[in-house]
Amino acid sequence: MDANFWLIQTFNGVSYGALLFLLASGLTLIFGVMRIVNLSHGAYFLLGGYVAISVMRASGSWLLALPIAALAIALLGLFVERVFLRPLGFDPLRQVLLTVGFAFLFQQAALDIWGGDNLIIQPPPALSASVVVGGLHLPVYRIFMIALACAIGLALWFAMERTRIGAMVRATVDDAEMARGIGIDTSKVSMFIFALGAFLAALGGVIGGAFLGIYPGLDFEVLPVAFAVVIIGGMGSLAGAAIGSMLVGLADNFGKALFPEIAYFSLYAPMVLILAMKPTGLLGRE
Amino acid sequence: MKRIWILLSVLALAAAVAPFTGPFVILLLAQILVLGIIAMSVDLLLGYTGLPSLGQAAYLGVGAYLTAILATKFGFGLGWDFWLVVLMGMAAGAATAGFFGLFAIRASGVYFLMITLALGMCVWGLAYRWNSLTGGDNGINMRGRPKFGIELANDLTFFYVVLGLFIASFFALHLLVSSPFGKSLVGIRERELRMRILGYNTWLHKYIAFVIAGGFGGLAGVLWAHLNGIVSPVDVLLPASVDALLMVVLGGPGTLVGGLIGATVVVFLREYLATMVQWWQYVLGAVYVLTILYLPGGIMGLFKGGKA
Repeated sequence: MDANFWLIQTFNGVSYGALLFLLASGLTLIFGVMRIVNLSHGAYFLLGGYVAISVMRASGSWLLALPIAALAIALLGLFVERVFLRPLGFDPLRQVLLTVGFAFLFQQAALDIWGGDNLIIQPPPALSASVVVGGLHLPVYRIFMIALACAIGLALWFAMERTRIGAMVRATVDDAEMARGIGIDTSKVSMFIFALGAFLAALGGVIGGAFLGIYPGLDFEVLPVAFAVVIIGGMGSLAGAAIGSMLVGLADNFGKALFPEIAYFSLYAPMVLILAMKPTGLLGRE
Repeated sequence: MKRIWILLSVLALAAAVAPFTGPFVILLLAQILVLGIIAMSVDLLLGYTGLPSLGQAAYLGVGAYLTAILATKFGFGLGWDFWLVVLMGMAAGAATAGFFGLFAIRASGVYFLMITLALGMCVWGLAYRWNSLTGGDNGINMRGRPKFGIELANDLTFFYVVLGLFIASFFALHLLVSSPFGKSLVGIRERELRMRILGYNTWLHKYIAFVIAGGFGGLAGVLWAHLNGIVSPVDVLLPASVDALLMVVLGGPGTLVGGLIGATVVVFLREYLATMVQWWQYVLGAVYVLTILYLPGGIMGLFKGGKA
């Protein structure tokens, strides 16, 4: 175990954390605005990957598949939010079970449409190479993932802190009733955020499909990890999601490398500890 | 009271009819009863105490893995000592819940959902990766059910044992929720702050309910292991916990009996319909969605015209 081992593992952990951020940022925003525990979030991740595969089979272009898949799943999320979640009003348990119902429906539909094989999303050749930095061979794809997550994180931060829509979203997170009172259409805000969350999850699915593969059951595998991120960072907090992603990405990588037998335990146990000390997560409020 | 008589007659009918059905139906009936036990434990939390647990499969997993490990590694629990394993499974489930409860009970509402989910995933993570103990992804294959005078390898005999334990669990939980303690749980569900002002230690009440629910989860786990003859991480995975929650919501929370009704519907869809048609999972998903949209009180709610 020399320095290279630690550097490579850290790099892998950070790049996995970047993928987790795509998944968890949407989840945390949805939770913050709508107080919904969205258990179909993993399904959006999975469907994003599958749609991208279909687009790539039809067009051969990865660059085209990425936005089309994300937008298609955003529309799906929009539909679910408008037609099913919105009419329920505020009732966490029923909302959770409703999203589970959709997770099962999406799972079965994906199995029927795309079959049970493990499909790999092949990124363009430019991203499949690797570069040598300081004697380490680093895959360009993982560097790209980190860059993309940073770009999206910055864009989200800018949108939330510096734009009018962002201010409306933040007001809804802080106090939905008061936000309604001063004329903010919180229903529209919810719709927008849910679609955005689905969009980000699908984006994660396309990106992650290159090294995780896309297969039935992946949805319920990534979901708890995303929840770990959101719980550690603090539910509803974007910055928390960023920190949580890094922590979980690193814990997961080092856990698997150093203590394979208790790898997942080493992922979830720190989360439980953080909860024990600060029940709202690192950056959560309330 | 009427509800109990109806339940007992239905169970007696099932017991009487079981010998004349095939082995598949007997196993389904046993499965319904085992899942009925875990559903009732969820109901104690959700229906009576107002705590939506999304990690109940963890306690089932603890009981099931304990049973499988004792049986395969130590040859323990395959004779009369089966009853010891039943007690140990309950104790293990309760002890795990006792530990997890320290973290979970502080939270409420959506936070409680998320934390129980995460705690459940801890157990899944151990089951999935701790190869030397749990057999990892493949799980543990059991070699036969216990025999002590009677042979549980006979599915019908096993079904009767499960039935007996289900009825015992039902009456234990029924006594619990009818007791002053149970009434104070309902008080906490309705308005925790008021109960606290009245001088109740609401944390302790919730904690005790959580531990008891864990114990019954462990019991279900012991039976689950012997029912299937194999224990694997899938038994602990999130969908298992979600199913237990759905059973309660579907049957009607705060009724105990509702859990069994929900278990019947879910087992029918998952096991029976799945042998007949490919698209069973659409039906299951649709049942979730429709229950949530149109049956807020569950199936029991239809008969009562409101929540208890």
